Order: sequence, then structure tokens, then C-alpha cells
Amino acid sequence: MTALVEFDEVSFAYPAPERRREGDFSLAGVSFAIEAGDVFGVIGPNSAGKTTLLRLLTRVVAPTGGEVRLDGRPVRRLAHAELARQIAVVPQDTPRPFPFSVEQLVLMGRFPHAPGRFFETGEDRAVARAAMAATGVLDLAALPLEQLSGGERQRAMLARALAQQPRLLVLDEPTAHLDLRYQAETAALLQRVNAERGMTVLLVSHDLDLAAEVCDRLLLLGRGRVACVGAPAEVLQRDVLEEVFGCAVVVDVHPTSGRPVIHVAWPPSPARRS
Amino acid sequence: MSAARRLLLALGLLSVALVAVAVVSLFVGSAGLSAPAVLRALTGRAGAESIESVVTLQLRLPRVVAAVLAGGALAVAGVAFQGLTRNPLAEPAVLGVSSGAAFGVILAQIFGLGLSVLQALGVAVFAFAGALLAAAAVYLIAAVPGGLSIQTLLLSGVIVGIFFTSAITVLISIVDFNRLGGVVHWLLGNLAPIPPASLALFALLALAGFWLVLGSARELNLLALGEEAAVQLGVDAARLKRRVFVAAALLTGTVVAFTGPIGFVGLVVPHMLRGVLGQDNRLLVPTALVGGGIFLLVADTLARNVVAPAELSVGVITSFCGAPFFVYLLRTRYRASL
Repeated sequence: MTALVEFDEVSFAYPAPERRREGDFSLAGVSFAIEAGDVFGVIGPNSAGKTTLLRLLTRVVAPTGGEVRLDGRPVRRLAHAELARQIAVVPQDTPRPFPFSVEQLVLMGRFPHAPGRFFETGEDRAVARAAMAATGVLDLAALPLEQLSGGERQRAMLARALAQQPRLLVLDEPTAHLDLRYQAETAALLQRVNAERGMTVLLVSHDLDLAAEVCDRLLLLGRGRVACVGAPAEVLQRDVLEEVFGCAVVVDVHPTSGRPVIHVAWPPSPARRS
Repeated sequence: MSAARRLLLALGLLSVALVAVAVVSLFVGSAGLSAPAVLRALTGRAGAESIESVVTLQLRLPRVVAAVLAGGALAVAGVAFQGLTRNPLAEPAVLGVSSGAAFGVILAQIFGLGLSVLQALGVAVFAFAGALLAAAAVYLIAAVPGGLSIQTLLLSGVIVGIFFTSAITVLISIVDFNRLGGVVHWLLGNLAPIPPASLALFALLALAGFWLVLGSARELNLLALGEEAAVQLGVDAARLKRRVFVAAALLTGTVVAFTGPIGFVGLVVPHMLRGVLGQDNRLLVPTALVGGGIFLLVADTLARNVVAPAELSVGVITSFCGAPFFVYLLRTRYRASL
């Protein structure tokens, strides 16, 4: 059986040096595979190449070497709409120059299913409503996005991605701006989508604990290269993490879930040393 | 109510308003014709050489049609530039694109292109090229990795506008002024009667631009989320931007070629519609076509009548409305994003 997503010796370099300031490092010879039905996590330090990897997968940029495949087919051969029917991305945040409503945003997820159509059909609206119900934003449907809290906006974006009815759901730093409660809700929602709809999930995050908690497999990136791939317990080893992140860490076990939890081994502060 | 129903309702109401304004515009003017006289001319019961026929059919009617076409095209160009740049304050005149087109028109006139249909097409081509050049310059100056910031884009537009206005002044200074008859009046926006064949060409070019923008309306909604997000939702963003860019330049160039650079229609009309209909470009593009027509027709009817028997340039009226409106938008609604 072919994997759903396959990176085969993928390399990438941004052409102009100023692009690298955005925190996108180049990738070199990256290979890994995501099996259908998995919750797969990509972790690593800032500018390790996580966002670049996501852009390569969604054909926002093209690799300079190697091949990215979806279901065995190179993504460079797929039209943008075809790709968007398979892969939905929940971005970190969305620029909002125009105050679209939540429902308008979620309906945008229906675009790849009929790009030539001018207005959405009744079926499109039904799918959008179901997606809003699944993420708990149905009551907010008529509100402009800018009136939503960070957590509500995140759930609206997730509803848009679900309305795309993709096979692979990609989340870029889904808990970056969320407080504890929404982090817990987001994690639960991901696991539910994965279990109930059989949707493959790709989580890109530098929140190691979240990744350890929800992912079946992890890819640890460091400086544009694969540092380690495997089950969370294999990847989240002290020596591996210290090598990639360049600081001392303590790997603990979560008291209730039994999954790994990572702490920074803070250097002792002179003020507190009595 | 679904988006389609809202669009039909809005278009219905706007069309009624457009017809009403057009009728009023046909019946008032400095010639002081009586209402029955205008009716006689409109129904063909007056002689072809009679005053009422000449004034109504050869002066007022072409002017009404030109105002509706120019206003509609400029408002659609405004929506297009706003969607393309993801900047709610973008507009052909503010971005300096109108000045680029005007430079093209003056250049065409220096080459001796005049009023016949074929020559009018030549002028429109020059105006289109000027608009493309100015828009590309603004875009290149303002573009930075990660998008266009609102203030940089507006500043680039002002700079490019000043440059082309200066270039126009140079052309006017070195060329025999009499060859550029009425150029000052034209530079403020002027809806002098256009011959029927040229008017048909005007309509054709404006509708072509409108059709391109309308076909891109749904994708423009997605582009508002950012280029990367649009691509990830299945939009071929590079193709979309090229198409809308060309369409907006075509609309601007066409209007400037036939009526001169009329400012702020592309800002005032789309924003009034946004206030009522929201941000969906599928509703904004068609309603802007009709709404822009109404706005410019009202402005031109005022321009013809407030200082009768003399008349103002219609661009003066739209600028008097548009400049305060721009300041209002800048100070209130978009303050946070500046």
C-alpha cells in the first residue's frame, strides 16, 4: 500500500536571501511518509523548515530536488483545486483586510469542489453548516471574523478546513495563540476528526507536549534535515532533543496520559541560589 | 437570504434607481427645454433638426450613457484593485493608475489620434498601456516579501501619480497647446458627448473588463485570505492576479481614454455597497457596475446644472465627494490597520 504522503529526498532553497528572514529555512534531502489514518506530527525548533515543508506539500512552492507525492502521484502534476480537495490547511492566522462573516469563510472551503461555479449550492451550504456545528461555531455564523476571540477564530478556520472534506487535514501551530482550555479542546477535536471521519492529520507545531499527546508518529526536523522519525517515545529522547534544540531538557512522563512531557532544564539562577 | 437572492434584490433596486436618475438627467439642463419637448424628442415626434431633438438625443443622451459606462467601469475597477491588493483603500486614481492612463492618452493625441472610432481605439490602447505601466510600477515599488502593506501601497500610488502628472505637464509644455484642444478640461474628467460608434466601443471595452472581473469574483474572495491561503484552497493565484490586473487596467484605461481621469468613484461606490451588502465580491462587482453608473450620472447632472449655463468638470464633483470620504475611511474604519 502506498503512503498517503511521501517526501522522497526533497530539497528546497529559497531563491532570495531576504525570504529566509521569515523563518523559512531550506530543506535538504528530507524523506518520510505519512500513512493514511495517522495523526502525524512535525516538530522542531524555530526555522527548522516546518513551514517550508508544509508549503512544499501544498504546492505553494516547488522543490528544487526530490519529489513530494500524494497517494503515489507527484503533487506538481496535480491542479491546485485537485490538491485542495485532498489537503486542507488550517493556517496559524489569517490576515483580515475585509470583514467576511464566519459562514462566508467556511463556504470558501467549498471552492475546490466546483471552482467554475459562481455561487455555492444548497449542498455546499449544508456541508458548511455541518462543519460549523462540528467545531461549535454555528451560533457565530453571521458574525464578522474580526469580532471573534482567538479561540473562536481558530475553530472557524478549522470549520473551513472540514468543509473542504479533505483526506488530509494540516494544522500549522494550532495552539499558538490559545489558552489552556482551547488547547485541550483543539486536541480533543483533532482526535475526534481522526477517529470519526478517518481523516489523516498532519500537525505542525513547536508545542512538543501537544505533539506527544495527540500524534501516532513524529518527525523531528533540525536545520532543514530529518533528525528523527518514529513513535513519540522514540523521537522524544533527551539526547536527540538536546542535540536538535541546543539546550538541556528533561523528558518526563505525563501523570495521566503516560505520554512524554518535555521540560527545559533551566540553568540555576544565581538570585535563587541561597 | 442566500447570496444569489441578495444579489438579485440589490440589482433590481439599483436598476430602478438608475432608470429614475437617467430620466431626471434627460429632462434637466441649461437649454431649459420643457418636459413635453423632451418627451417629443425621445418618442421621435420632434423633427430631427429641432432644438429639442438635438439637445436631447445628441447632447444629453450620449452624455447619460457615457456617465453610466464610466461610473460603472470605475467602480468595478475599484473593487478589482481592492481585491487584488487586499487593500480597502485602493482605487484607480489613488493608485496613480488613472494618471498613467492619462499620460498614454496625451501621448496618443500628440501622435495625432483623434475622434473617429478607429482612432478612439488607438487612444484606448495607449491609455491601457499607460494604466498597465503605472499599476506595474506601483506594484513593484510597494511589493515586499509577505504582501503589500496598506500605507506603502498608497504612498507608491501617490508617487507614481505625481510622476505621471509631471510627465503630462512636460508633454503639454513642449507641444503646441492648440493641438491638445480642451486638454485641461479633459484632465479633470469631462463627459462631453461622444459619437455613437465610439460610445459603442467604450461599452464593449468596459463590458470586457467587467466580465473578466466578474468571472474572478469568487476567487477574489479567497485571495482576501492571503495568497498562500488562496493557493491552498485551490486558487491559481498567479493567474488570478494577472487576469484581474489586466482587467482593472483595461477598465481604468478605457474610462480615461473616453472621459478623462475621474477620481474616487472606485472608492466611494464600492464602500457604500460594502456597508450594505458585506464583502462578497460576487455581490460587489455587479452592483458596483450599476451603482457606479448612478453615482457618476448624479455627479454629472450636478456638474451640468449647478453653475449653468457654464458647467463644472464632473471630476471636480467626484473629488469633492471622494476626498472627504477617503479621509473618513482612513481615520475611522481602517485606522487600526495603518
